[in-house]
Order: sequence, then C-alpha cells, then structure tokens
Amino acid sequence: MSLSRQEVEKVALLARLQLSEEELTTMTTQLGQILEYVDQLSELDTEGVEPMAHAIDMSNVFAEDEVKPSLDREDALANAPKRDDECYRVPAVLGD
Amino acid sequence: MNPPTYEIIIGLEVHVQLATRTKLFCRCSTQFGASPNTQTCPVCTGSPGALPVMNRHAFQLSLQTAVALNCEIPRFTKWDRKQYYYPDLPKGYQISQFDLPMSEHGWLEISDPDGAFPTKRVGITRAHLEEDAGKSMHDEAAGKADSRIDLNRTGTPLLEIVSEPDMRSPLEAKAYLTELRLLLTYLQVSDCNMQEGSLRVDANINLGIPTDDGEIRTPIVEVKNMNSFRAVERALAYEAERQYQVWQETGHRIGDVPKQTRGWDDQAQVTKGQRSKEESSDYRYFPDPDLIPVTVSEEQIDEVVKKQPELPAALRERLQANYKLSHYDADVMVNQGRALVDYFIEVADRSQDAKRATNWVQQDVMRTLNENGIGIDEFPINAERLAELVLAIKNGELDSSRSRDVFQFMMDEKSDLQAALKALGIEKVDDSVLVNLCRTLLEANPKVVADVQAGKQQAIGALIGQAKKQNPNVNPGQVREICLQLIQEMPS
Ligand SMILES: [Zn+2]
Repeated sequence: MSLSRQEVEKVALLARLQLSEEELTTMTTQLGQILEYVDQLSELDTEGVEPMAHAIDMSNVFAEDEVKPSLDREDALANAPKRDDECYRVPAVLGD
Repeated sequence: MNPPTYEIIIGLEVHVQLATRTKLFCRCSTQFGASPNTQTCPVCTGSPGALPVMNRHAFQLSLQTAVALNCEIPRFTKWDRKQYYYPDLPKGYQISQFDLPMSEHGWLEISDPDGAFPTKRVGITRAHLEEDAGKSMHDEAAGKADSRIDLNRTGTPLLEIVSEPDMRSPLEAKAYLTELRLLLTYLQVSDCNMQEGSLRVDANINLGIPTDDGEIRTPIVEVKNMNSFRAVERALAYEAERQYQVWQETGHRIGDVPKQTRGWDDQAQVTKGQRSKEESSDYRYFPDPDLIPVTVSEEQIDEVVKKQPELPAALRERLQANYKLSHYDADVMVNQGRALVDYFIEVADRSQDAKRATNWVQQDVMRTLNENGIGIDEFPINAERLAELVLAIKNGELDSSRSRDVFQFMMDEKSDLQAALKALGIEKVDDSVLVNLCRTLLEANPKVVADVQAGKQQAIGALIGQAKKQNPNVNPGQVREICLQLIQEMPS
C-alpha cells in the first residue's frame, strides 16, 4: 500500500501546508512507509470481531454543568504569534 | 398556455445552542457577550494534553429534544473528529458525531392556521451533539489585512437537527422552523435567540420539474446567511425562481455540477454564490480517542418521557377541545409561550367563560404586553383579578361599555375589581331604580313608544343614551330589555 504524490498533495492542501517539490518527494516516501507499517494490521483475521469505537472499555464519563474559572486573557493570548489587547490576529479570513 | 409548474424540495439544517452554563467539553462559561477571549481554557483552545469531558446537562438536554422530536435513540453513541483548518477552530478539528449520532429517524408535525397547506409530518433525519467554533471578525477599521479571533464561543454545545427534504414551499419551511423553535422553547433546552446566534438555519433546496421525459431534479443548492425566519422564507422563494431560470438556460440536472453554496444577501434580497470549498469538504472523520462513548438505557429514556412537559401541539389541541378556541386562536396563544397560556387557562377556569377570557387575553392583555414589551409575569392584573372582571361582565354586574375603563384602572393602579369599581363610581343599579328610570323615559318619549309599537325596535336606542346620561351605571342591555317589556305591557 503505497501513497501517490497526488494524495500527499491533497492531504497537504487539507492541512493548509505548503510543501516544496523536494518536501513533497520526501513526504510521499515517508508517509507511504508509515502506511505500509500500519498496514501489517490487515494481515490479522478480524472475521466475527465487532468493530471497536473506542480503545478503552468504558462509557458515560460526565462532568457537571458548573462554571469553573477560565484562563486569564493574558495567559490565553501569551503564545499567540500575533495579537492585540483582546484578540488573536491572523491573516485575513475571507468572508463566507 | 400555463407556465410549467415545478415542485420545490426543501430540507433544513438547524443548529441550536443548548441552554447550559458551561461548554460541551470544558467548564468555561457560555455566557453571551463577554469580553473577547475571557472564556477559554486549554481544552477549548486545543492545547496539547488537555482532555475533554462531556457535559452531563448538555447530553440530557439533547436527549429531551430527541425524544420530543419522536426520534429513535440508539443505545450507543460516540464522538468523532471532523477535520478542517480554519482560524476560528484552534484544534484543527470539530468534535461532532458522524456515523453513530445520539438520535435519528424522528418527525415534527407542522400545520398552517389558515390552512395554506395540509397538516404534515416533516421527517427528522438525525439530531446530534457537536461543539461550536470561535468567531472571526475582519478588522476593517484598522485598515489592516488581519482578522481578529475571539474563542469564547469555541466548544459551546450545539444540537444539529437535520430534516428530511420534506418541505414543499418556503411557507412550509417557515412553519417547520416556527414549530421547532416553539418546541425547543417549551422544552427550555435553548433560548433560540437568532440575534445571539443560538439558532442558525441552513437550507438545502432544489426543484422537481415535470418534463416530457418525466420529472427531472435541479442541482441542490445550500443556502446560508439567513438571519430570520422571514429571511429564510424570502431566500427560498428567490432561490426556487432562480433555479428554475438557470434550468431553462442551462438544462443542468442534479449531478451535472458540484453542489453549490449560496449566501442570502438581505439588503439586495438575492442569493449570491459563495467561494467553493469543494476541495476542503473532505473532513476525514474518525472516532475521537479522547472522548468516552455514551450509552443510553431504556430507563433513562422512560424517565425523559415521564418528565416531558406538555408540548405545543398537545397544548393547542387542549385549548381547542376544552376551551373551544379556534385553531388560529389556539396557535396565537401557544406561540406566546407557556406562561401566557397558563394565565389564560386560569382566567377561563375561574370565570367559567372561555369565550370572554379569550377575547380579554388575546385583545387587551396581549396588546398591552406588546405595547410595553413586557411578559405576562410583569403584567399588573393577575389571572385571579382578570377572572373577577370577566365574571362581573358575565353576570351583568358590569356593563361591557365601562369594562375597558375598569381594566385600565386595575392596570394603572394595580387594584382589584372592587377598588376599581368604587374609584370609578360604578355600582350595580338596583332593579327597581332601573324600572322607574325606564318608565319615566317612556312617558317622556311617546314617539319612541309609538315607533316601537309600529315595529321599529331600534327606536329604543335613543332611550339608552338618555338613560346613561341620567345614570352612567345603567346596563344598556337591561335598559333595552326593560323598556321593551314595559311597552309590551302597555294597553295598545
Ligand atoms: Zn474551556
């Protein structure tokens, strides 16, 4: 199970990553290898095994609807590459 | 030749914000209108290592809604990551439900009080719980090419309610939305405030056009940016006509072109094509490994059913059956909310006069509420006092011509009936006094007597005016009755 260059281009676009031609070549190989590795799992016979929705056999973990303190705005914005007094600033988002 | 007709096919996607205090997966407040970025934490901003935990109340509210929408509730439900990149989505994915939603296959009945369409059930495909994204604002004032991001709304619980394409006109779409909002309001699961974004509507619409080769379908268009139910109705009417014209020009059928998204421009009253997100519409859903699945038991659903309040449709029926309201009047009343209906029921029950109670509540009470922009809980005349007023009119103790003054006084002075009557000098005129008054009037007006004897009963009207001038408390109906009686008893 190998990956095509077009598939990597598409995934990069979906992730909003701009890859150079060189990077694209490297990624195609490396991502392909990862997929091949994971693909070993398909050798297992899963006939009659119910599909699993979660790795932990546990359900119904809830929290009560009670407000707890949020982050201080200064702390929340501390790591923003660009910000103003109140908000994160990002390159213009086109209206939709 | 008649213009060829077409059938309009509409399905609606409604997002409602659930009435919780905190977000879906963290305990940040959902309070609307807070200063930007003051209601966030590592969970809702997607910091590495933060773990989401499901809000119990949010799940309970969606369960109540799903039951009221007649949905099937699967025993097992889980959450998935819907992945797309957008600055208002800090995690890079939205937690939503994909293949195992918490409810599906329901219905909602809609009808039109004026009978514009027959009562019908609109299918509910599914209703699922998901989190909201943040808000991006384009900073035009600064003249910079920047967008400002406020993440307060990120992670707010939303219930997405998807209908089947069962609506056949913009009017039906509006009726569905109105009934859905009413239902949600009666359940108290959401405040449904469209201005604050607590209720958002997207529509899918296309046409079925009969041709010589059978019916064809036009490409489905998704319409967004509709900020009121009126806007939805207008946008869909516009879009149907537009699609018909495009079909005439291009002959495009469903499948010929990719699904298009158009935005409603309320100023221009047109829908406009939006940038195609075709390439990014591959959401690559997969189960969220951070969230534990939820199982729902039979007992839990029974409990929800048991505690379900009376829903608008049932209430409407009860008002029609027990209080003889018309479909239209019942609709108007129920649309005002449960508190007003309860008020009406108390007035009607206490006075045992549903007809008069309906008139007073629908005309005088509701007009006052509308004029002053207040709710029934702030209305100065409580149900018990209005019932006294209605009873007094019913029993002929208060003439209806003066009842509005009494109502006004009771409202202005927050007084009960007796105090109002006293202050306005209104008292019941003794029968003997009334008969004497009528006798005097008849003696002074032989022409009226002659006219009545000649068959012109309406001549009595002149006497009623005179009677009221002599004693403002007389009841015109009684004066008429007594005068006619006296004339009849006269030897002719
Ligand atoms: Zn949070």
